Amino acid sequence: MHVLIIEDDTEAAAYLIKGLQEAGHACDHAADGDEGYKLASGQSYDVMIVDRMLPKRDGLSIIEQRRAEGDETPVLILSALGEVDDRVTGLRAGGDDYLTKPYAFSELLARIEVMARRRNPGEVETTYRVADLELDRLAHTVKRAGEQIILQPREFRLLEYLMKNAGQVVTRTMLLENVWDYHFDPQTNVIDVHISRLRSKIDKGFDPALLQTIRGSGYSLREPA
Amino acid sequence: MAISSINKIMRTTAFKLSAIYLIIFSIFATFLIVYIAFNTQVLMTRQMNATIQLEVRGLVERYRAGGLNALVKVIEDRSRRPGASLYLVTDFRGHYVAGNVAALPKWVMDKRGAVDQAVTYQRLGDVDQRKQYKAVVNVYETFGGYRLLVGRDIGERETFRKVVEQAFIVSGFLLVFLALLAWLFVSRKVLNRIDMIAVASRHIMAGQLDERLPVTQAGDEFDRLSDSLNVMLSRIEGLMQGLKEVSDNIAHDLKTPLTRLRNRVEVTLASEEAGAETYRDALEQTLEESESLIRTFDALLRIARVEAKSTQIEKTTLDIGAIAADMAELYEPVAEDEGAVLTWNSPSLQFIDGNRELVSQAVANLIDNALKYAVRHVAEQRQAQQDHEGEQTECTLPEQARIDVSVATNEGRVILTVRDNGPGIAKEDRQRVLQRFVRLDKSRTQPGSGLGLSLVNAVASLHEANIQLDDNEPGLVFSIGFLQMKPNNQGTEAH
Repeated sequence: MHVLIIEDDTEAAAYLIKGLQEAGHACDHAADGDEGYKLASGQSYDVMIVDRMLPKRDGLSIIEQRRAEGDETPVLILSALGEVDDRVTGLRAGGDDYLTKPYAFSELLARIEVMARRRNPGEVETTYRVADLELDRLAHTVKRAGEQIILQPREFRLLEYLMKNAGQVVTRTMLLENVWDYHFDPQTNVIDVHISRLRSKIDKGFDPALLQTIRGSGYSLREPA
Repeated sequence: MAISSINKIMRTTAFKLSAIYLIIFSIFATFLIVYIAFNTQVLMTRQMNATIQLEVRGLVERYRAGGLNALVKVIEDRSRRPGASLYLVTDFRGHYVAGNVAALPKWVMDKRGAVDQAVTYQRLGDVDQRKQYKAVVNVYETFGGYRLLVGRDIGERETFRKVVEQAFIVSGFLLVFLALLAWLFVSRKVLNRIDMIAVASRHIMAGQLDERLPVTQAGDEFDRLSDSLNVMLSRIEGLMQGLKEVSDNIAHDLKTPLTRLRNRVEVTLASEEAGAETYRDALEQTLEESESLIRTFDALLRIARVEAKSTQIEKTTLDIGAIAADMAELYEPVAEDEGAVLTWNSPSLQFIDGNRELVSQAVANLIDNALKYAVRHVAEQRQAQQDHEGEQTECTLPEQARIDVSVATNEGRVILTVRDNGPGIAKEDRQRVLQRFVRLDKSRTQPGSGLGLSLVNAVASLHEANIQLDDNEPGLVFSIGFLQMKPNNQGTEAH
């Protein structure tokens, strides 16, 4: 996909571009707010990564203006070290997601990939399907190979999120944010334990294992290649 | 040296104040004395003139009744009295007829009525004929060109004036002397106090942060000043101490993983027949390690931000009951996995004004902490029990690690309590564990950043909540009392 990076720290930007290119994405880079706005309004991108503090023009104002002009491109906001990482104001300005520096590249990658996918929702799916795993959002039922699986409400929501982003990597913080609706860094392996519970219900006794651990990043629900 | 010390004294506030005081007082005193002296003079002169006029009138009466002879007789009679007034009768040519005046300035007898200036004269019958006196006189002309002069010596008045003058001079000297004395006393005392403070503050500046400014028992303004400066110093010392601890601990807590990280990379690069698998392993471990480092940094930044009490931290009406239940539910599988029991009694609709992200993180940290210590404690006890198998048959095991989360209201506060049956914290360590990177020695070697409780502390203080650590016998009771939001200002919660 095509990513616009508006970031004044050239070293950080270079590292981002390299990482994204290796992950198979094309990148454009703007080093200040004016240039960033010009690029953003000049062509269409799949995702924009915008630093909050920029020379010449503040990152949030770019997002606000693009949103006012009808640009729906998903935006990931970055906030720098020591700044007030007020995600609420960032999201209010029209950002779709928010990351505080220092961030792990895997976290950023997982987030923008999920964001870009979400951009084309098409029709609202009522049933998610991955291999022989099936989740019915209306009936609140889960089946694996036709066999009914009983899940707790939270487990259902966890699986729902994973299946919605099937094939994508989701990080632990993304899960905490989207399944539990809390935004903080869980110190221990809380999410891992929930995942392993879910795994024991949907993968145990079935083949192949669909819920995979992506080392250093998070999890992914997918059919093994 | 002497000049510089005089200079120093001259520049003191005490000196300036004393000088101003002296000047003002002198002006006032001078004015007072001059005023009194002048008025007394005027009064005395007026009285003399009145007496003289009375006498003149009497003498004129005599003259009218008995003629010149009677007048002369009376005058000669009165002239002979000791301490007498001044009398002189002259004829129309100005020749002496009667009286006790030997010499007078010529112009005096040409005047009429009260002469408005003191007249110098010599007295008849004096041993020293040339001795000069001063007098206030009245001159009166009778029929036939005879002139009558009656006067009063003003020696007495002059003496009085001199007494006043002398008093003025003496009191002036006395005033200056006393002022100097007072100033010396005051400035010595004040300078001493200030010097003491200056010396102490120089010591403090030189790095002796534990030194304090001297406080006497006087309870004066210097003591008050020293007291508040001392409070300030204590605060600064505390902050410095905190900073020092942080940097010491950063050195330990961040350097150790960084070194480990670097060593791993080094070793992997150095091994010659390392395959792709080895590299991959090393890189993955490095990634994990750096993530935990980032986490520590994040936590540090967050604590710093919360401690700075940034007003940009948005607060909304929160249901702490719901948050506590959510967090307990989030951790419940973890507890179960570790063989612990996590229970919660957290009714919802317990409202506080707070930041959701921070409060939820604080609750999570508390549960996390309780879980970690209780589980480890129970495991250790089991181990100890096994080692002494058979010896202590009567000793019952703490069967499981137990953590309980509860939310209750009490006197306008919503109190969140997390109890565990872990090792607990000794009374003297209870404040210390809230500080950054402080881990009690027993847990130093265990994983964890040592930042969990300091974030809880920072969040509590941001929300003006009070923290209490108690003994759960065994274990720890950690409670945070948030200010309860009154049900009537929950307007924001309506939707």
